[in-house]
Amino acid sequence: MASAASNPAGGVERLVSINVNGRVRRVDVLPQETLAHTLRYKLGLTGAKVACNRGECGACTVLIDDVNYYACSTLTHNVKDRAVLTVEGLRAEDGTLHPVQAAFIQELSPACGFCTSGQVMSAVALLKANPRPTRQEAREAMSGNLCRCGAYDHYLNGVMRASGQLS
Amino acid sequence: MTYMHIGKNFTPPDVEAKVTGAARYSEDFRKEGMVFARLLTSPLPSGRVVSIDASEALAMEGVLGIFTADDLPPSLPPANPALAKDFITYIGQPILALAAESDLIAENAIEKIKIVFERRPFVTDPLDTLLEGGPDPYPNGNTLIRNAGEAAAGTTASGTDVGRIKWSLDQVTAFRNGREPVGATFGEEWAYGDVAAEFAQCKTIVEEPFVTIGYPHHSLEPRSGMAYWENGKCYFHGSLQSHTVGHAQLSAMLEIDPANLVFINENTGGGFGSKIFPYPMMAVTGKFARQLNRPLQMRITREEEFYIGSARSGMQGWLKVGLKDDGKVGAVDVIIINDAGSGGGGSAGSSAEHISIMYQPAAMRFRGVALYTNTTPRGAQRGPGQNEMASVLAPIMDKAARQGGFDRLAVRRANAPRPDAKFGARQGGLSSSYMPEAIEKAAAMFRWDERVAQPKVTADNKVRGIGLGMGYHSAGANGYDGLLRIGTDGKIYLHTGVGNLGTYSYAGVLRAAAEALQCSWENCVVVHGNSELNLPHSTYQGGSNTMFTETRSSHVAALDAIRKLKEIAAAELGGAADDYSVGGERVFLTSNDTKGLTFAEAAQKAIDLGGEYSGQVYPEDINATTKRSVEAMKGTGLIGVAKDTLPKQGTAPGFAIAFVEIEMDLDTGKYDITDYTAVAECGTVVHPQGLSQAMNGGGVWGIGMAGYERHVYDPQNGLPANVGLYQSKPPTYLDVPARMLTAGNDMPDPQSPVGARGVGEPAQGCGAAALMSAISDALDGHLFNRTPVTPDMIVNHVAQNGFNTGELKTNTF
Repeated sequence: MASAASNPAGGVERLVSINVNGRVRRVDVLPQETLAHTLRYKLGLTGAKVACNRGECGACTVLIDDVNYYACSTLTHNVKDRAVLTVEGLRAEDGTLHPVQAAFIQELSPACGFCTSGQVMSAVALLKANPRPTRQEAREAMSGNLCRCGAYDHYLNGVMRASGQLS
Repeated sequence: MTYMHIGKNFTPPDVEAKVTGAARYSEDFRKEGMVFARLLTSPLPSGRVVSIDASEALAMEGVLGIFTADDLPPSLPPANPALAKDFITYIGQPILALAAESDLIAENAIEKIKIVFERRPFVTDPLDTLLEGGPDPYPNGNTLIRNAGEAAAGTTASGTDVGRIKWSLDQVTAFRNGREPVGATFGEEWAYGDVAAEFAQCKTIVEEPFVTIGYPHHSLEPRSGMAYWENGKCYFHGSLQSHTVGHAQLSAMLEIDPANLVFINENTGGGFGSKIFPYPMMAVTGKFARQLNRPLQMRITREEEFYIGSARSGMQGWLKVGLKDDGKVGAVDVIIINDAGSGGGGSAGSSAEHISIMYQPAAMRFRGVALYTNTTPRGAQRGPGQNEMASVLAPIMDKAARQGGFDRLAVRRANAPRPDAKFGARQGGLSSSYMPEAIEKAAAMFRWDERVAQPKVTADNKVRGIGLGMGYHSAGANGYDGLLRIGTDGKIYLHTGVGNLGTYSYAGVLRAAAEALQCSWENCVVVHGNSELNLPHSTYQGGSNTMFTETRSSHVAALDAIRKLKEIAAAELGGAADDYSVGGERVFLTSNDTKGLTFAEAAQKAIDLGGEYSGQVYPEDINATTKRSVEAMKGTGLIGVAKDTLPKQGTAPGFAIAFVEIEMDLDTGKYDITDYTAVAECGTVVHPQGLSQAMNGGGVWGIGMAGYERHVYDPQNGLPANVGLYQSKPPTYLDVPARMLTAGNDMPDPQSPVGARGVGEPAQGCGAAALMSAISDALDGHLFNRTPVTPDMIVNHVAQNGFNTGELKTNTF
C-alpha cells in the first residue's frame, strides 16, 4: 500500500533501503538529503565528518561500489542499489583492523583526526584500484582530501606501508 | 642521557579511534530531546540592528525560540560579542540564533526573520582608516586602547576600549610609497641601544616596505557545540585546544560555578590558536540550552566558521636594516601597521620580537599601530606576528646579504641566537639556545654549499631557487599542576587537563611521569578530555608551550608519588625512605630488590594510611581545579599531586630552521618544491613521530602562508570573496612536496626535567620564510615584499608588468 511518506505525488519514494557496510538499512530519506546527512544523523555513523558540506575537503569520503565519493555531495536516493562502505565497516569480522587503518596507526598519520576517516577511505579506494601505487600516484589519488593540520607526509607514508612498500 | 620513554615513539591512546571513525567530536554527540540551533548572520560590514521581526518564524511548527544579544550581558566595542546588536562590525557577524526540533526547520525558519538594519561607513584596509578623514570601523574610532576597565560578563575582552589614531595625507602617502612616515603617531613603540649610531657603523643598509595578508584559521572541525543542563549542572560538548583552562573560563562565560560545569572534549578537529580559550559562541550554546531547557546543538557551517573562526592579523610595514662588515646586524628600525580585523588584536610586537631574537641587532626600534577593519575578527594563529614577519623578513635579509657580499647562510650563522642571547624591549634572556648547532645540522642535511653552486636554469623556461628561513616562538610556561593516581590494580592513572589539539602532546608530556616512575607505558592509563574524570589545572595550549610546561608538571607529580611510595615502603618494610628505589611498577630496597612492594600493594597501603598518601590532604598551593579533582579522588589509591615550582629563568624558546629548493616555471608562475628540509631546536625530542608531525604540518602551513592563503575583500561593499576552503586556500597534497625531511636538534634544555621545549609554531615560520627566500632567489633576488606570492604575481614580474607592494594594499586584489 502506497503512503504519502513512501511515495508522495510527483515526488520520490521516501522510505528507502540502502546497503551500508554490508547491512541493508531502511531509512526515511528526504528528496534532497545527502548521504552524509543520512549516515551521520539517521544511521548514527558519525565516522564521516561534515567539515565543508560542499565537496571541498573530503572529510566525508565513503566508498560506493568501491569508488570514493564525497558523501556531502551525493544524494542518498542515488545509492539505493549500491554498496556503501564507511570507515566503520572496514574492520574484519574478528575485529582486525584494515591494513590501511593499521598502517595509519603505525605511521602516526592522523593529527587532529577530523579528516582521517576520509583519508582512510580514499586510501582504501586507491589500493583497491592500484595495490602498489607510487608515492606520486598516491599523492594524486589522495589530493581530494584536505588535511588542515598538514599531515600529508604521514598519510602518504601510511599508504605506502599499507601497500607493502615501506618496511 | 638514556631514557626509558623519552625520545621513543609510542602509540597515543586516541589514534586507533581516529582511524576507525570511533573518535567523537562535539557535533557527533546526541542527547534525547536534542534541538538544533542555527545562526542568522549580518549581511552588512558595519551598522546596527534597528528591529527584529521573528513572528513568522516563531509561528512555524517545530520552531522553539530565538536567542539574541538581549539575552546576553551587554558588551561594548572592541569586545567581540557572541551576538551583535548595536555594533555590527563585519559581514557574517552572528545576530541571533534560532532553535527548532530539526536542523531543516531551523534553516527554513531563519529565512522568515525580518531585520531592519542601519548602515554605517566601513573600511577593509587599515591604511584607509588611518588617513585623516577616513572611515572608522567603529563609530568611536579605529584602534585598541588598553585601560583598567573590567570585562563585561560573558565576554572575552578585558580592559580595552576603542580609540582613534590618524595620520596626515603626507604621512600615509610616504608610508604607502615605502618611506618612513616622519612625525606619525603610534599606538606602541619600544627601542633599545643607540639606533642612529649603530646604523652609522653599517656598511650595508636596506630599506623596504612589506605587506602580509591575514587569512582564516579554517579549522576543519567547525566550532559546533552541544550543551544540556541537568540538576543545575551544564554538560558541554565543545571543541577547544585547552581543557582545564577552557573549563574555568567557560564556566565564567556561562555564569556558573566551575563545579557545575562538565566539559567534555576528547578530540578537537583543529584549532591553530583559534580555540585556545572559549570563544563567544559557546556562551550562546550553553545559555540557549538553559533558556529552552532542552539539549541544544549549535551547528556551525563552513561559511560561518570563516566568519567567526578567527583569522591571522595582517601587516603593512616598513623596515630598515643595517649589516656591519662582519655580517652582523647593527641596527633595525621597523614600523608595523596591524590589521586587527573586527575586535581582534594586533601582533606587531611579536613580529618585532622575531627580528630581535633571530638576528640579535645591537640596536633596534619598533613602532606600531593596530587598526580595526570591518573584516572578520583576528586572533592568535600559529606563531602570531613571528611567522608572518619571518616570511617577509627572509628575502629582505637575503637582499642585505647579497648587497653586503655575504653568503645568505653566513648572515644567519653570524647572527644566530646563542645561549647568552637577549631580545625584545626588555632585553630578556633565554633558558637555553642551540640555534647555531641547529643551523649547521640543517645546512648539512640540505647540502647548502653544494646546492648554492648548482646551475640556476634547469630548462628553457624553468629556474631553480633555494632559500632558508628561521622561526621562533616562546615555548614554555610554568606553575601548573601535575596529578596522578596509582590504583590498587597496579595501574598508573596519569591525569591531564591538557587538551587534545591533534599534536599528541597531551599524552607525550605524561611520559615524563612514566620516566620518573620507571614504569612501563603499558601500565599507564591516560585520563583526559572530560572534567568529570578529575583533571588537574593544566596549561593553556597555545604558543608552543605544552611540552616544556607540562613535562615539568608531570614530573613534579611523579616526584610526589615517588616520595610517598618510598615513605610507605620504609614504614612497612623498615629502613629510611631514601633506602628505596622505584621501577618495574614496584618500590624496592635499593640494596636488595627482592624486598619491596608492588604499586598495587603500595596503593592499598596509601588508602589505609589516608592523609596525603591518598589525597585526603593535599598541597595548599595547587589550583582550585586540582583541589576539586583530588577531593573527588581521595581514598582511591596513592595520589601524586604537586604544583610546578621548579626553577625557571628567562624565556624557553622554540626555534626551527628550514631550507627549501624550488623549480619555478616562468611561463606559468607555478613552482614545485623539490626539497624541504627542516630542523627543530626544541630541546630533547620527547616523541620523534610527534615532532615529525609538528614539523611537517608546520611546513605545510608555511607553504600556505607564503604561497596561497589570504583574505580577499571587495572594498566597495565589504564582501569577503573567499569564504570557502578551496578559495582561501589551505595547501593540498599537490601543493606540498611528496616528501619532507625533518629532524630535531635533540639537545636538552636545562630547565626542563627531560630537556624538552615546544616547536609547533616556529615549524611554520621557518617554512614560510624558506619558501619566500627560494622564490626570491629563483627570480634573481627580486622582492615582492608581500605574502602570499601567487603565480600571477610571478608571471607579471617575469613579463615586466611591475607588480610589487605598490601602495601597500591589503585584503584586496
